[in-house]
Amino acid sequence: MTVIIDKAALKKKYKKVAYYPGCALEGSAMPYDKSTRAVGKALGLELVDVKDWNCCGAMEVKNVDPEVQTYLSSRVLSNAQHKNKMDVVMAPCNGCYKNLKEAEYDLEHKDKSKQVTARISEKAGHETYEAGGVETIHALDWIKMGYGEDELRKKIKGGLKGLKIANYYGCMYTRPRNIFPEKAEGAGGDSLTKPHYMDDLLAVAGAENVEFPLKTACCGGAHTLSDSDMSTKLVLNILEAAEAAGAEVIATECPTCHSGLEMHQIRALKRLSKETNVKVVYFTQLLGMAMGLSARKVGLNGNISDSRGLMKEKGII
Amino acid sequence: MAIHEKSLIRPENLITHDNLVIDGVDVSGDWSTFIRTRVVTDYNEALEDEISALPGGELIHRCWQCGSCTNSCTVNAENPDFNPRYWIYLIRMGMEDELLRDKDIIWQCVSCNKCTTICPRDVVPEGVMKATAHWLELKGHTKPSNSTIFDEVFSDQVIKYGKIEDGEVLKDFLKESGQPLMQDWIVQMVKNMIKGLPVIQLMKMGWATVFHPKTKDWSKARDAINEYVAEEHAAQKKALGLDEYKDAAE
Repeated sequence: MTVIIDKAALKKKYKKVAYYPGCALEGSAMPYDKSTRAVGKALGLELVDVKDWNCCGAMEVKNVDPEVQTYLSSRVLSNAQHKNKMDVVMAPCNGCYKNLKEAEYDLEHKDKSKQVTARISEKAGHETYEAGGVETIHALDWIKMGYGEDELRKKIKGGLKGLKIANYYGCMYTRPRNIFPEKAEGAGGDSLTKPHYMDDLLAVAGAENVEFPLKTACCGGAHTLSDSDMSTKLVLNILEAAEAAGAEVIATECPTCHSGLEMHQIRALKRLSKETNVKVVYFTQLLGMAMGLSARKVGLNGNISDSRGLMKEKGII
Repeated sequence: MAIHEKSLIRPENLITHDNLVIDGVDVSGDWSTFIRTRVVTDYNEALEDEISALPGGELIHRCWQCGSCTNSCTVNAENPDFNPRYWIYLIRMGMEDELLRDKDIIWQCVSCNKCTTICPRDVVPEGVMKATAHWLELKGHTKPSNSTIFDEVFSDQVIKYGKIEDGEVLKDFLKESGQPLMQDWIVQMVKNMIKGLPVIQLMKMGWATVFHPKTKDWSKARDAINEYVAEEHAAQKKALGLDEYKDAAE
């Protein structure tokens, strides 16, 4: 089946969306939250925070019980639909994005998920979310489809001046495949095996995207603290591959990947004496700077990986 | 008679002759392919059913041993002993003793879902890894892994408050898993983090650690979740034939 993407309709639909920042963006990933809001504002895309939201379950609750994770994510979708009266919810965090998509899938296909979600929602005293109520999108979809590259090009002031970027999407933007049917539809959409939406946006912003083979490799984020030695090895693979590909910056679109890369870059130096100098920056920070927003406005000073020197040297800030 | 491949080439099972000449032909060396005939009797016939009864393990019966999971596995690339296909085989054959040889590494699955994405039979190998790790802990074969400790610290916060605070998760996890907070790399990370931050943001972060972020009107959801989890865990205990079940939510 081939679906032809109606770009004009999506542009209208994504102009005003419910925003689900999630726990990480209110904590360690504050710069991602700050830059996402700043870019949205500069592009005239409106964000309405999901009312009284809760954690989606991240990568942990499913291991205590997967149906509880489905319930947690369904409550976010229910609030967006019934309390905010919105039909699209945007999540910049890959973990949140994947969990909301997975809840959507499970509530459509699994009887047990439907029963448990109905039971807990009823006892908790809110509307039970039913599949098809809202559409979950990532911050990449939001900018790529809600604003568009042609329009974005006009907003670039200064640009990224040929900054060499390795685009890193991590695991949960494309896996498991069954919950992202739209990514297997071909032309116009994103790809399950070679995602490109971030590459597309940053190319418009004036970056030189390097050929990076580990776009969807795993950083070991689920075990970033519980199996740090494994995570350090996996992160080091990614950092070294990016440097070998000539990248000055790794662009990220997931707070778990981002902080994993930052943490284990330091840990690799301390524990394995392996030094890498590639900087780790959220794609929204890069887009914001390309549009002329200040380093402070996109929270560049809040990153553990300090890229301010590089950005100044390149004349980006 | 079913055999299982790895045991054939284990050093203690190799038949070796340093100096063997038969009919004038030198056939010295390892005779692993001419292994003794034997019968395997120590099956645990219930093993597959037990794994299937735990969340994530439900679809293990679909596996046809193509090996795509192991071939795509992130952890296998770092440690060849981490072998999902082989463990699924052992579970389906009921080879509990063989499975237990690898009991201390099964929890290391990083949930990257490459296996689940590539599996042609929708076995959800990632789920099977989690179910197997839980089975090992429930049966008392292993202590709770660091992964389980982290999942519990994290989930406890989510169920109690509706949200987590990442500094508190870090602190509680290191305490529960018996690790020091002041490790060189953590100290360096915090130093780098606060270096560029304005005072107002540092105050915000401090505020969050003292006053835990909470979801409004959460208490009824919390109670309903706890009630459901207790029921599920009791049902799992029953399926595994256990008298004492250590509730993960405790």
